[in-house]
Amino acid sequence: MTHTESVSARLPLTSDLDLVRARQHVRQMTAELGFSLVEQTKLVTAASELARNALVHGGGGRMECAEVTDGGVRGLRLVFSDDGPGIADLDQALSDGYTSGEGLGMGLPGARRLVHEFSVDSARGRGTTVTVTSWVARPPRPREGS
Amino acid sequence: MTGEAAPPPDGYVPVLRLGGILLVTLQGDLYDSTAERLRQDIGRTVSDDAVTGVVIDLSGVEIVDSFMGRVLSDIAAMTRLLAAQTVVAGMRPAVAITLVELGLTLPGLRTALSTEEAMNLLGAEVANLPRTAGARRERP
Repeated sequence: MTHTESVSARLPLTSDLDLVRARQHVRQMTAELGFSLVEQTKLVTAASELARNALVHGGGGRMECAEVTDGGVRGLRLVFSDDGPGIADLDQALSDGYTSGEGLGMGLPGARRLVHEFSVDSARGRGTTVTVTSWVARPPRPREGS
Repeated sequence: MTGEAAPPPDGYVPVLRLGGILLVTLQGDLYDSTAERLRQDIGRTVSDDAVTGVVIDLSGVEIVDSFMGRVLSDIAAMTRLLAAQTVVAGMRPAVAITLVELGLTLPGLRTALSTEEAMNLLGAEVANLPRTAGARRERP
């Protein structure tokens, strides 16, 4: 059973300075939680992709960070949300190489591969919320949604 | 707070000219706007100053996301069109692992493990510069 310990921070995502702040915040939290250097780098990179999505495609948004535990294993959960136009076709947005025009089409599917758990909630006109979680020591479990 | 690198003051990126080679040292966490500006600056310098090689030192960079990856790959493609070569040097292993999982293998990018190796790759015109000292001039 996963439970949230506390929402430790809520950061705005409205400028490229905010992207830097979001990355640094995630870097610091993963370091404090004891993530390996590679896992830190993966989560910070995923956060950067998702934060930029919220900024560029969602017209700005916010990131919430929370420490979570699952049977003694500690992890970090990040929630990125925006009030933008939303994603009309989620399957398409999650497929490699699909791009809405800018970037390489790596944002969502790439970020998904960098974290242990990934979920996205979006519909046209309803904004987008992406939730990702990574664990300090990855418990064996089937990869979500594959 | 831990000793994390602060963002560079106003996106300052040191650029050093060594003979025909431009050495660009990226450090810490780059703003998107800094990366964009760097792309333009490198393009202008390569075309105006007869630079034949660009070495981008990434050893001080903790993350490269798809945006930064695209900027690097764009710089390489642009300098090629301007008759210069770009080599990316010193990428950290954690960054390389992450880029591959992200799906960004940047096939067009030449890489080297260190800036020294990158300079060698580019033929290091620096090493062949005419000597300025007169030590060898006495030869008959």
